[in-house]
Amino acid sequence: MLSRRDFLQVAAATTVLTGAGGGLARAAALQALSQRDLLQFEALGQVTLLHFGDIHAHLTPLYYREPSINIGAGGAAGLPPHLTGDHLLQAFKIAPGTPEAYAFTCSEFEALARGYGKLGGLDRIATLVKAIRAERPHQTLLLDSGDTWQGTYVSLQERGADMVRAMNELGVDAMTAHWDFTYGTERVKELVAQLKFPFLCGNVQDSTWGNWAFDGSKIFERGGVRVAVIGQAFPYTPIANPAWLIPGWTFGIHERRVQEQADQARAAGADIVVLLSHDGFDVDRKLAARVKGVDVILTGHTHDAIPQAVRVGRTLLIASGSHGKFLARLDLEVKDHAVSDYRFRLIPVFSDAIAPDPAMAALVAGIRRPYQAELGRVLARTETMLYRRGNFNGTFDDLICDALLAERNAEIALSPGFRWGPTLLAGQEITLEDLYEQTAITYPAAYRQSMTGAELKAAMEDIADNLFNPDPYYQQGGDMVRVGGISYAIDVAKPMGQRISELTLARNGTLVDPAKSYVVAGWASVRQGTQGPPVFDVVRAYLERQKSVSIPPRQLVRVSGADPRGIAACG
Amino acid sequence: MPDSDPHIPATTRRQFVLATGGGLLAAALAGLFPTAAAADATDVEKWLAAFSPAKPTPGKITIGAPDIAENGNVVPITLTVDSPMTAQSYVKGIAMAAEGNPLPAVTVIELSPANAKAEVQFRMRLAKTQTVTAVALMSDNTLWSATKTIKVTIGGCGG
Amino acid sequence: MQNVTSRLLVPSTAKKGDLIEIKSIVMHPMDSGFVKDSNGKTIPREIITLFTVAFNGAQVFKMQFAPSISSNPFVSFFVKVDRSGTFEFTWTDQDGSVYKNQAQISVT
Repeated sequence: MLSRRDFLQVAAATTVLTGAGGGLARAAALQALSQRDLLQFEALGQVTLLHFGDIHAHLTPLYYREPSINIGAGGAAGLPPHLTGDHLLQAFKIAPGTPEAYAFTCSEFEALARGYGKLGGLDRIATLVKAIRAERPHQTLLLDSGDTWQGTYVSLQERGADMVRAMNELGVDAMTAHWDFTYGTERVKELVAQLKFPFLCGNVQDSTWGNWAFDGSKIFERGGVRVAVIGQAFPYTPIANPAWLIPGWTFGIHERRVQEQADQARAAGADIVVLLSHDGFDVDRKLAARVKGVDVILTGHTHDAIPQAVRVGRTLLIASGSHGKFLARLDLEVKDHAVSDYRFRLIPVFSDAIAPDPAMAALVAGIRRPYQAELGRVLARTETMLYRRGNFNGTFDDLICDALLAERNAEIALSPGFRWGPTLLAGQEITLEDLYEQTAITYPAAYRQSMTGAELKAAMEDIADNLFNPDPYYQQGGDMVRVGGISYAIDVAKPMGQRISELTLARNGTLVDPAKSYVVAGWASVRQGTQGPPVFDVVRAYLERQKSVSIPPRQLVRVSGADPRGIAACG
Repeated sequence: MPDSDPHIPATTRRQFVLATGGGLLAAALAGLFPTAAAADATDVEKWLAAFSPAKPTPGKITIGAPDIAENGNVVPITLTVDSPMTAQSYVKGIAMAAEGNPLPAVTVIELSPANAKAEVQFRMRLAKTQTVTAVALMSDNTLWSATKTIKVTIGGCGG
Repeated sequence: MQNVTSRLLVPSTAKKGDLIEIKSIVMHPMDSGFVKDSNGKTIPREIITLFTVAFNGAQVFKMQFAPSISSNPFVSFFVKVDRSGTFEFTWTDQDGSVYKNQAQISVT
């Protein structure tokens, strides 16, 4: 958390922000933020864990609006990370308008974004990592929860090799994975061979004999403490992403395997056990209560940025955000093979306040150089903010759905509820790079098919249950499928198959007929052999024709049955 | 005889009588699977009744399976029974049923003290999201059961 | 059925009293009788109904298969070994065919 001094500085910044706009406000706001302040931390104990995850191949700074809707299902209602906007600010006593308010929530997002600027950038993260390593020599472990190799134009062209080089340079100590697997079995093996650190996926088996396919854990010695790190890949990778890309591997939560690995690590002399996870926060909260002897879970997958550690029994859960926006620092004091005290800070990576690390900056520039012309190609301009993250349609999804409806001549559009994809502010140009940051996947075919109203509802019910099932082990961690051409109502508290109602065609206001067939366009189907042009080509053609887009938030989804703390009015 | 032993609870005695009365385990293993084309939950009960004429007590057996199946054609199942697996106390058999499949019967497995650890893995088909049931018959003729809901999903967009 | 093959994963050596895991796969379609071919015609049921394993002639495992068992059935179980010998695996098809395989283990 920020110190009192920080708050005072921030208050000054807020005054300026709410006053004049533009360059003066921005300069003043940034004056209140310094690299020194961001690194300020009273060291504790023998070990420092540094953590990030879900960087989605972002090498350079960006805007990323945290969700305004992130509803907690079942027992997770009203608990972090299911607090949005002002609800989060109140729960963690963060003053509105502060750098932290900007980094952790969507409150006043556009105004604050113009003041505080972009977050992230691997060269800035490298500066922080090097400074903390210098302060805590031989005491620091840098761990990555995965979703590292996918998410940008460059990573798609390089098939992940760019990120392997960058992470080797950063000096990551171990990683686990999810989207990284979507380059396919052979490519994953090639990239793992290039890593200078272990790829820990203790919950992946070969599908013939059931043998564990990867190293599951490794014991590191830091500050005289033996730290076991167990890697947990996203358990539902072959369901949420195409199984045909990774034949021969099967995944799962495998709670018993986690317990066995923790027990084996203790037997092998580990003082503490860290689970480096891509389960998603709610899955890990349940796991923490059911597995014994795990001291820390470094969570990932659901992209949550939680300002404080969450305690479940004797386990600390850390949620470090996404897209390189944050670097988490957790200092641990270890006594008698257990954590006796801890101190935590989720450091927002304010790109304008942190000096880029020259070596990483040079590496990033070198990686991007061959693609510079394509990356900067301007496709259109947006008159309104474009964002994705949230349980239901974001405005960038609306744009993609508009493009699918127009370019594929469809009545209804479906777009996946991915949690990755940065934000563009009103007035920004939409470049080819921006477009790929919403769509860069290895199975991009934009299909056009006939679906009955009943089939459409069944598919939506199925996906809604993956999000709102009260038992987190039955959730998959994606957001709700995005829709175009229709609106609907959802009661998130209802059981599977009964949540969706009032499916209505936007063009004439009539209810979708279960028996009637509709032309549906979409992308990211997990089915092998899906036909259609790549979605980035479809949206590109649309944008080049439009030249300018204006997409205010649409009220396509009427939500009921939800805990109100997961819904916020945001800027 | 155990069935006259006053130290054994009444329910257990009844289970013992029922389970041993007609050599029902043997019967279940011999003429196992019903041939009816359609089956519902009632059929599950009927089929399991051949193996488990008394109502089993929840416990001792666990069904290890994914909460969400990667592929409904190949769902890995691990059946584990809490038993010392000694000559004095062991698992005689396990039966498993899937209420939502066209035929609810899945398998009947015979074990003995030679196995030393009562754990069996196999892969099964699931026609749709449903609850599966497993029943273990112990050497003292007590019956134990477990259920697990396994989701067979049609679409996903995790990320 | 013809040309049904199987694969085994059995340790070749063990110490007396060791608990070992036995894994097996038999390559068989396990046609359930509930699936239609591309012409809409039901593919008749053709399954293995029984799987047994004996060690030096004595049964150590027995399992009946229904149509709900996946194609290419995989089964694993445990057994305690006290002496060297041969595991004999037998799969019995509903058509009466019998498929066999075996594995030796040396126990010291």
